[in-house]
Amino acid sequence: MSERAASVTPDETDEQDDDQHATTETELESEREAADSKPAPVTTGAEAVVRALENAGVEYAFGVQGGAIMPVYDALFDSDIYHVTMAHEQGASHAADAYGIVSGEPGVCLATSGPGATNLVTGIADADMDSDPMVALTGQVPTAFVGNDAFQETDTTGVTAPVTKDNTFSTDPDRVGTDVSEAFALAREGRPGPTLVDLPKDVTKSETEREPDGPAVPETYHVQERADPEIVAAAAERIENASRPVMLLGGGVIKGEASDVCREFAIDHEIPVITTMPGLGAFPEDHELSLEMAGMHGTGYANMAISLTDTLIAVGTRFDDRLTGGIETFAPDAEVIHVDIDPAEISKNIHADYPLVGDAGTVVSQLAEAVTESPRATKWRAQCQQWKSDYSMAYQTPDDAPVQPEFVVEALDEATSDQAIVTTGVGQHQMWACQYWTFTEPRTWVSSHGLGTMGYGLPAAIGARLAADDDQEVVCIDGDGSFLMTLQELSVAVRENLDITVAVLNNEYIGMVRQWQDAFFEGRHAASDYHWMPEFDKLAEAFGAQGFRIDEYDEVPDTIEEALAYDGPSVIDVHIDPAANVYPMVPSGGDNNLFALTEDQL
Amino acid sequence: MTRERGLEGPPPEERETPAGRRNTQGIRIDPEVEATHEPRRTVISALVEHEPGVLSDVSGLFSRRQFNIESLTVGPTEDESRARITLVVEEPDPGIEQIKKQLRKLIPVVSVRELEPDAMRRELALIKVESDRPDQVAAVASMYDAKTVDSCPATATFEITGARQKIDAAIETFEQFGIREISRTGTTALARGTDETTGPSPAEATESTADEANHEPYQPADDD
Ligand SMILES: Cc1ncc(C[n+]2csc(CCOP(=O)(O)OP(=O)(O)O)c2C)c(N)n1
Repeated sequence: MSERAASVTPDETDEQDDDQHATTETELESEREAADSKPAPVTTGAEAVVRALENAGVEYAFGVQGGAIMPVYDALFDSDIYHVTMAHEQGASHAADAYGIVSGEPGVCLATSGPGATNLVTGIADADMDSDPMVALTGQVPTAFVGNDAFQETDTTGVTAPVTKDNTFSTDPDRVGTDVSEAFALAREGRPGPTLVDLPKDVTKSETEREPDGPAVPETYHVQERADPEIVAAAAERIENASRPVMLLGGGVIKGEASDVCREFAIDHEIPVITTMPGLGAFPEDHELSLEMAGMHGTGYANMAISLTDTLIAVGTRFDDRLTGGIETFAPDAEVIHVDIDPAEISKNIHADYPLVGDAGTVVSQLAEAVTESPRATKWRAQCQQWKSDYSMAYQTPDDAPVQPEFVVEALDEATSDQAIVTTGVGQHQMWACQYWTFTEPRTWVSSHGLGTMGYGLPAAIGARLAADDDQEVVCIDGDGSFLMTLQELSVAVRENLDITVAVLNNEYIGMVRQWQDAFFEGRHAASDYHWMPEFDKLAEAFGAQGFRIDEYDEVPDTIEEALAYDGPSVIDVHIDPAANVYPMVPSGGDNNLFALTEDQL
Repeated sequence: MTRERGLEGPPPEERETPAGRRNTQGIRIDPEVEATHEPRRTVISALVEHEPGVLSDVSGLFSRRQFNIESLTVGPTEDESRARITLVVEEPDPGIEQIKKQLRKLIPVVSVRELEPDAMRRELALIKVESDRPDQVAAVASMYDAKTVDSCPATATFEITGARQKIDAAIETFEQFGIREISRTGTTALARGTDETTGPSPAEATESTADEANHEPYQPADDD
């Protein structure tokens, strides 16, 4: 990224990268071009802000205009950074978040002060829980007005302190560019996360000639790359002697680009692999060793294995309670080897017997070097396979019942390539996506894990689309309730002509709540019955997108094909069985081993 | 098109179950012994960038994460770009480890250290008492090395510095005269002798985290 010179457009960079064997003449030409596009010197704080983004290689920014952020937009007007105007700032922060997940580089979102900034908060909090790299830039009232309850004033750094990796109230026009550069570096270094810079209008309007420093983290920030070799050696010995080993791969594996080393390690030593929900895609789910996802709605086989393992090799996971269930009953026989770049994650929820602080890829390579003998676990692997057939993830499609959601998810998966990106809202549909989509590649699963934000799916699809390769399909599997929360972003998908396919699994309920009410609240459907849902296919048409509707099984394959083939945003309103529920299920705080297969077992 | 019904392995009560258990702190335990760490009181000293907002970052972190904080003091140091925050906390060992690690994650925090039990710890109190019996009040004051900072016919105000227990004791003794008002600072502290209060730099700290993550033996920390 750093080699991409300031304000050279991405196309020009590609040209420069490609012309290694170019003739002197074209070399000269591209030199001349580079000289022509040499950026004009910075004259204002706002230009310094934009220059900092350009220096960091930013291609897209998502946001909404407004009074206090206007100077920054004015400076963006002259930049090659493509600004995507969103319908709502929440959409901007989710789009930036998804952009960060798919590309690995921080997504950028902008908003004005006050309501603009507060509208970003949900997306920032979401990125914080999932450790996604993101930079949020917010306008602020002029410094002289700060603290006086001025028009559209909010204490943005105060509001966002608990949900950012770091935030800065920028007060000096000579520093403001560097503040943004630093925020950029902090967002992606070590454990990624969202950072925010609050930009008072007078600071961005003020004159300055100070070019921002390049992205660099502050001195007090330090990341440990390699784990303590002694603990690595001890952990390796433990692995060699394990009789029931399991690898648990979390989102950190994907963020740390450690999928390949983890795959190699598991396959070399024939260790069964479980992923967390953010870890989907870290290991190919169609591999024999894969037990897929564990946790509340994880597979029965993953939950059996995690309950009975004697050696848990956990990489890049923070042991969220949706994964662990009750702490007392989580992997109770296991010695835990925990690899994490954030020391504070070690022994926070689950005590690590072998704490390995460091970069996931580096540490797993260290382990790979140290483990010379594979664990003898033939019986264990056979047991895992047995569980896979005992608790296979199948479902019924009775002719007399409406379309089952699992069928739709599988049909979408079959109709798309392995590289296809899936985004979701939050609810039952999200769980069916986890369970019935076969994830094989990292950075193809974009969802709201830690915060569980309904409305995430569509704006995330927009961010993902812009970060994805052209030949990657982007599919949003949404719920009717979730879709309704941010569907105004369809206008953006239409305006930008983004090739996105949204499948709304419409049960006219906020289904996950209805499922819990049936299980734990005597079927009293308080405020979960959404029989007033609009017709989403028609709504899509109103926005200028392509609308489809599915009511019967035999419409499924053709409609999906048509929607995928449509070159632009399309929405399929899929009317599914309103009574369909997600199983297996571990009741909240329960024992993973006691997952219920039906409501009777809860 | 009816598909095979899956998910029909053994029901919960017929499944193989693990033998072990963890305590609420996530530590594997012998089912016979309920080993949990009891809270202990300790002093944590953090060197931070001397800039606006850092104190609120630190106090916000404590309230957000529900760490039990007894006192927090802050002031400048020998280096004018740095301030020292002294925290007295009462938590079980895993909580104390979390506090240190979470503090180190704040970007303006330069270093964090838990002080040895023998560290110098001082608190200051202003105690305003009724002065009906000036001689006796003066006698108690001198017993605790209290300095008179203000007096009038009705009240006398004393300044006491010392360990928390000494101040508690002084207050208790002054009570016989009638206390009108008390104002106390929290504890401030420095490591003894050549031992440095300033903890390891972030680089050194991350290297030592591995050891910290393996729980250190319990060390009671008495105030002096
Ligand atoms: C912003 C937000 N509000 C409320 C919730 C609580 N919640 C969790 S799942 C759910 C139901 C989601 O319904 P829908 O999007 O229709 O999906 P379904 O479960 O029917 O697939 C609700 C309300 C949430 N996760 N996020």
